[in-house]
Parts: sequence; structure tokens; C-alpha cells
Amino acid sequence: MKAKDTLLYLDGVSVSFDGFRAINNLSLVLQSGEMRAIIGPNGAGKTTMMDIITGKTKPDTGDVYFNGTVDLTGHDEAEIAMLGIGRKFQKPTVFESHTVEDNLMLALAGPRSAFSALFHRQSQAEADHILEILYTIRLFEKRHWLAANLSHGQKQWLEIGMLLAQDPKLLLVDEPVAGMTDAETAETAKLLRDIARTRSVIVVEHDMHFVRELDVKVTCLHEGSVLAEGSLDHVSNDQRVIEVYLGR
Amino acid sequence: MITQWLFTHVDRRGAFAIALLVAIAFFVPVLNLLVPETSALHVPTYLVSLLGKYLTYALLAVALDLVWGFCGILSLGHGAFFALGGYAMGMYLMRQIGPRGVYANPVLPDFMVFLNWKELPWFWYGFDNFWFAALMVVLVPGILAFGFGWLAFRSRVTGVYLSIITQALTYALLLAFFRNDMGFGGNNGLTDFKDILGFNVQAGTTRSALFAATALFLALAVFLASFIIRSKLGKVLVGVRDAESRMRFLGYRVERYKLFVWTISAMLAGIAGALYVPQVGIINPSEFEPANSIEAVIWVAVGGRGTIIGPILGAVLVNFGKTYFTAAFPEIWLFALGALFILVTLFLPKGILGLYGSWQARRATRAALKDDDAQPPLVKQSSRLVPAPEPQAAE
Amino acid sequence: MAAKRLVSLTPLATVQGPVGEAASTAIASINSELELWNGIQNIIYGLSLGSVLLLAAIGLAITFGVMGVINMAHGEMVMIGAYTTFVVQQIIRVSAPGLFDYSLLIALPAAFLVSGAIGVVIERGIIRFLYGRPLETLLATWGISLVLQQATRSWFGASNVQVGSPSWMSGSFDVGMLTLTWSRLWIIVFALAVFATLQLVLKKTMLGLRMRAVTQNRRMASSMGIRTPWVDALTFGLGSGIAGIAGVALSQIDNVSPNLGQGYIIDSFMVVVFGGVGNLWGTLVGAMSLGIANKFLEPFAGAVLGKIFVLVLIILFIQKRPRGLFALKGRAIEA
Repeated sequence: MKAKDTLLYLDGVSVSFDGFRAINNLSLVLQSGEMRAIIGPNGAGKTTMMDIITGKTKPDTGDVYFNGTVDLTGHDEAEIAMLGIGRKFQKPTVFESHTVEDNLMLALAGPRSAFSALFHRQSQAEADHILEILYTIRLFEKRHWLAANLSHGQKQWLEIGMLLAQDPKLLLVDEPVAGMTDAETAETAKLLRDIARTRSVIVVEHDMHFVRELDVKVTCLHEGSVLAEGSLDHVSNDQRVIEVYLGR
Repeated sequence: MITQWLFTHVDRRGAFAIALLVAIAFFVPVLNLLVPETSALHVPTYLVSLLGKYLTYALLAVALDLVWGFCGILSLGHGAFFALGGYAMGMYLMRQIGPRGVYANPVLPDFMVFLNWKELPWFWYGFDNFWFAALMVVLVPGILAFGFGWLAFRSRVTGVYLSIITQALTYALLLAFFRNDMGFGGNNGLTDFKDILGFNVQAGTTRSALFAATALFLALAVFLASFIIRSKLGKVLVGVRDAESRMRFLGYRVERYKLFVWTISAMLAGIAGALYVPQVGIINPSEFEPANSIEAVIWVAVGGRGTIIGPILGAVLVNFGKTYFTAAFPEIWLFALGALFILVTLFLPKGILGLYGSWQARRATRAALKDDDAQPPLVKQSSRLVPAPEPQAAE
Repeated sequence: MAAKRLVSLTPLATVQGPVGEAASTAIASINSELELWNGIQNIIYGLSLGSVLLLAAIGLAITFGVMGVINMAHGEMVMIGAYTTFVVQQIIRVSAPGLFDYSLLIALPAAFLVSGAIGVVIERGIIRFLYGRPLETLLATWGISLVLQQATRSWFGASNVQVGSPSWMSGSFDVGMLTLTWSRLWIIVFALAVFATLQLVLKKTMLGLRMRAVTQNRRMASSMGIRTPWVDALTFGLGSGIAGIAGVALSQIDNVSPNLGQGYIIDSFMVVVFGGVGNLWGTLVGAMSLGIANKFLEPFAGAVLGKIFVLVLIILFIQKRPRGLFALKGRAIEA
């Protein structure tokens, strides 16, 4: 099977909603340890692709394999998360009525059953790991704040921190720098590159400047399928990409 | 040592509520039984039963808040679990009547004799035993809630859809229990109780004991709810309430967490119903009325959902108001209740305790500004604070 | 008629020889004919029950289905429509008794205006502050329903009021082996007429166009110059007004009391949810199939048990298809 030796393997995936083909014969392969940027105009199917990978939407046809052998179409969100795929939403989604620290505590890898949660006591190792992440995402000072009181950029970072706590093999990151200042954007690019050293990452982003800073292979989606793939320079010089997306 | 253990699982308000409940479980019976009637401190028996009834409502409200306030599941059918618990207790009390009924049949309750039934239906077996009945008080609502919740949460029925089908559930049970063929006394329900555990249900001592039992069960429920909410499981529930899909993508089986708290809540509601029935002396199908379940929701809303003692406060206050208004100005009660629904949702979304909380927060902000402290105003002080290491520890 | 023939044939069937055989086959054919008519009767009764459900639910299909507002006071809008009919008839009795046969026709616009106006007031006064908070809307509108019930009770008394039927609504007629009442037929016709009118309003008028625009993309509609608050108020008023019209019809077949609306609210929600939210055709199909299912279950289970059975079926159905029979699919939107 071709899927072997890949981390994520999508082949001939299609899904339609009420006759509208959101994803049309999409194929995408991600190697282990790779970081990939996905660009494309609105409605190109970027978020739907993430929905398919994380089990939120089932494809009508096509194969989706993780780690070469695991058929993701047969699992739901929670199982896929436990397999090691973490997802950051477009709109930062954190638990607003919990503290920053509790947000990370909930995300921390570990047993997920209701009974273990009822009698859970935090170990020193867990506490240390949370601290470590707090430093990484620069929220140590605010660890007792309710997440609701964080700024937009800080929420984005907290959500990335939660992904780290989850310790996934593959991170799906949807528009991580939306609403960030230039300085924050640069910091986020650095953070993601750091993360990519130990895990695979898929980043969906509109901000070309940010994509350039990531300096990775780029896939351009259009109308639910791959329009062009390669280095950013290669993709941004593609005639069709310029037509549908970048503009002249 | 016990108090210390208690404090690790309950916050100050909860501990205060538990202490208060234990105290009134002791003092109200004393003031009823031992203080002479002529004294100003005497608590008349009717008042003991009335307060006991309020506390069973409070227990129902705590159960409802556990699913609504902390997990975001608005049940419009919790009255059904309450009533089922009540019926289980009522069946025990019916069997205790024995040959003292109007028809003096030693086994069959009067209504069955009246319907010309010759033998006891199978589902009445065992209810002559108190402990069997007590088990059924939690099992019947628990099993119904488990089955219903298993179906609903697995298919991800949420929000108003869930509310509407919980309402349909209690409505279907209302229709069913109205039928004589069901074997639960039809329209009239179960009443004319004589004894509970060998004691006359009408006697002042029994009423005081029932009151004390209710207060203690409520204290226990406050502890249980606090324990759940302060555990990691409680934090998951609040996470589900605020961002359900985030929780799923973190790998939590949201439906199992919901099912857990939903079933526990239904069992607590069943206990509340079982304590209610001997104190008011009757259980009939009207307890299944959808209106009752929605009224319970407003108790929680008035007191403050998402808090543990708010629902108790709300249940007691609203029902006190109801007792007063329905006696003094019966015409006005529904206007008042309707206005309460509207005003609370519009102006007091967090209830009375929320009002108090935001007042406290404002005061804290002012104090913080005055001290020019770096601490942000809405900091939640965690009791399990990790000692802060020096910042250079990063990387 | 067929029953009579059956009675006269039954003794003959026991006779030996060709007479007996002929009688037996005749009995068999009459029986199957009776069964057929029985089925037809069930369907017609089911359609008439479905029409009642449709009338009660269709206003809700607008407020809940189109606007996403859970209006627990919807039943009270129906009740107010029925009381408007009562008031209109009282006035006619006193001032123009000759017009009594037209009283329902006069009551229709009156009920629409009264319920609709109350709906607009409720939307402007309360519901608009609760958009985006469906559970709170549910509680607040429940409060409104209590207030409206008690107001009606204080005004008109707690007992039923008498609403008369015009001559063309009373009496019955025969079709084949069935006897149908005119009121039953008129209810079906009326429900379908209301449904068709509503479809026309939504599809062909400017208000309908704006309503659809606002529900699909509020911000865009607003920037195109549509006054969205007005559209909200009018949509809610339209749903409430239709409920009022339903009240006129229901006053002919049900007791008119302050509790009238309570009896319909759960059924109405079931119809809308079963049919699929946001889809009027779904509401039509939902109402009719629930009505027919009820009538077919009744002979086996009795009216009450049949109803319980239908409720349980809907509860199970919602588990299978949480968005109803004719749900719209869409990209999973994050919330």
C-alpha cells in the first residue's frame, strides 16, 4: 500500500453537502516530521479537510490513513485525538471559565475516562510539565487568570499550549496568526518551527508573510482539490494559483 | 481531621451550607418536639413539614443545577425523575397500609380492589420491603436517565433539542401515569399513607425525623456535588459546557461524562421525590406536569446556576413566595412567577449569587486599583497552587 | 349498509352447498371492503388530526424554524386567537346577529392582528435581548406564557367560553361508507390554505425575501440596507399571527379555555423537530404523518397509549436524525 511510511495519507477524498462538493478528489501526503502550509481562497475546503482528518466529517469516498495503517474514517473525534492528532480551531477555542493552568491540565495527555477524572490527583510530573508549557507559551505570569480575560493573541497561544500538552504526533493548526500583531506573528512562526522539530504540523494560513517565514512546502487548495504543491516560490509563480488566489 | 478532609473537597460556601443544614436537621426537630407550644421558639409541625418540602425541592434543584449549571444540559424533565422516586416511595407506603385500607385487603391497595384486580401486578412485588423500595428510588430514575441519556448523548442531541425531548419524556410519562391500567392509581395516584418503617407518618416525631433526614440528604448532596465539581471530572464538565467540541478534540468522550453526571443527577432527583412523598402525603401524575419541571429550572436560575448553594437558595425563596402568594393573592401568583422567569433571564442571568459575585469582583477591582497591585482582579485562587519557580527555568 | 348485508349473509354462510359458499365469498369480499373503508377513514381522520397539528405548529415553524427562537408562549398565541373569535362572536351577537355565519371569516383577520401585535410587542420588549441565548429565550417565553394565561383567566374567567359554529361548519355528509363532518373537512382545507398562503408570503413577497435574507446572513442583509430589527419583529409577528389564525380554527373543535395553548405546545414542537427545523414542507409532512400514525395506532393501543407511543417514537427518531426529517446539511461550523 502506498500509505505505508507516511504519517498522513489522503487519497481521492470527496465530500459534498447538499450537492455542493466541498472536497473534490483530494489527495495529500504528509511525511513523518514534516511541516506543511496550506493556502487557498475562502471555500477551498481547508477547514473541511481538517474536519475530515479529525473525524468531525465523514468523507463520501476516499481513503484517509494515519501512521500508514490506521483508517481514520472509522474513528470519531475523541479516538482520533487519542491516536495523536491535535487540532487548533480558526477561532481560538479555550475553556473561558477555567484558569490558564486548568486549561492546560485538561489538555494534558493521560487517561480520559470519567472515573479516572473523578479521582484524579495531579502528580508532580504533570505539574512540572504544565509549568514548562506555561513558559513556552509565555503565560506563566497569567497562569491563574481565567482564560476569558486573556487577549486574543494570548488565547491563540494558550490553545497552541493545550495542543502541546496533548502531546500529539500531528498538529493541525487553523489560521494561528489571525488577529495578531506583526511581532506576535513572528513569535508564533518561531514557536511553530520549534514544535515542528519533534512533530508533524499542518498549518492553514492566509498570511503570505507568515507562510514565507515558516519556510516549508506549500499546498494550495482550490474548490476542494490540490491546485499546486511545492516551495512557496514555486507555488506563488504558478499561473493558476495567481489567477484564483493571489491575484495580480 | 474530618473537617480537613471535607475542606479539600468543598469550598467555604459549600462547607457553610453543609454545617447549616446539619444544624437545622438537629435544631428544627428540637424546637418542634422539645420546646413547649406556648413558647415563641416553638416550630409548629405544619411548618416542619413545609420546610421539609422546601428542602426536597432544594435537593431537586441541586440535582438540576449539576447538569444545567455545570454541564449546560437544560433538562425540562427533571420532574419526571423526582416523581418516579416519589412513586417508588409511595408504593412502599401503600404496601404498608395493609389491611387498614377501606376494602381491608391485606395485599392489594384500595385502588386495585376498586378496579376489580385479583392479584398484585409483578412490578409491585418487593415494595413491602423498605430497602427494596429505597433501592428502586435511585435505580428506576437512574436506569431511565441512563437509557435516555445513552441514546441522546451518543447521537449528540444538544441544546434546545435535548430540552424539548426531555419535556416530551415527562409528558409521555404524565399521560401514562394517568391511565388506570398502568397500576399506579391513575388520576388519584397513591395516598392515604399510614406508616413508614413502622412509625405513623402523621405523627409529629415522624415528621421531624423526615425533616432531619431531608436536611441531611441535602447536606450529603451538597458534598457530593462539590466533590464532583472540584474534581478533574467537574472541570471537564464545565469544559463541555463552554466548548464541547474542544473537549472532544482533546480526546474526551464527552457523551460518557454527560451520561455520568446526568444519571447521578436523576438519582438525586429520585431521592428528593422519595423524601417529598411521605411529607406531603400524596403522589399523583400531576407531578409529571412539564410545568413543574420548568418551575424547578427557575429555582436554579433565581439562586444562581453554576453554583452549589444557589439552587438551594432559589428553591427555598421561590417556594416561600409561592406559599405566601397562593394563600394571600392567588390571582397574582402566576403573574409573579411569569415575571420572575422574564426578569431573571433578562436582568439576573447568574441569579442572586451571581449578583453577589459580581459585586465582590467589583470591590476587588477597586481594592486592587487602590493597592496598585500587579494581581489581576479576576484571579481565581487555586488551593493546589504549584510553588512558583524562578522564570529562568524555561527551556 | 355493508354491515347490514353482512348481518343478513352471516347465517347463510353456514349452509352447505353452493349457497353457503357464495355467501362465504360475499362475506369475505364485504369484509375486505369494510377494511378498505376503515383504512380510508383512518387516513382521513389522521389527515384532519394532522391538519390541527399543522395549524398549531406552522407558526412555530416560522419562529423556531426560521428565526431559531424557542417560543414557549406559542400555544398562548393560539389561545388568544381562539378568545378573539369568542369576542368577535359576542360583538356580532349583540350588534349584527345576521352576520353570525360570517363570524369566523371576520375573526380570522382580527385574530391575526391581535396575536401578531402581541407577538411584535413580545419580540421588541423581551426576545430581542436574548438572541443567541436559546435556553434563556425558552425560559423567558415560558414566563410570558404564564402571564398570558393568568391574564386571560383574570379577564374571561377560568372556565370554558362558548364559541359557536356557523351553519356551514355543522352537519355531515356521506362518502361511500363513511360519514364525514363538515368541520373536519373545513379544517383540512383551511390548514392547507394557510400553509399555501404562508409559502407564497415567504417565496414571493418583499417581506419574505427580506426574512430569508436576514436568516441566512444577518450582517450582509443589514449592510444591504435591510432594517434587520424590523424584519425580526415582523417575522415573529407573522409566526404569532398565524398561531392566532390557528386559534380561530381550533376554537371550533376544542374547548376554549385559558389552558388551550398548553395542550398544543409539546405536540407543536414535536412536529417541527420531527419535520426538520427551518423547512416548512417538513412541517407539513411531519404534521400529517404524525396525525395519521396516531389514528392508525389508536385502534390497537387506545388514544392515550397511541399518543405515548408516538412521543416515544419521536424521541427515538430524534436520536437517529437530530436535525429532523428534512434537515439541511452543511459544513460543520465550529461552536
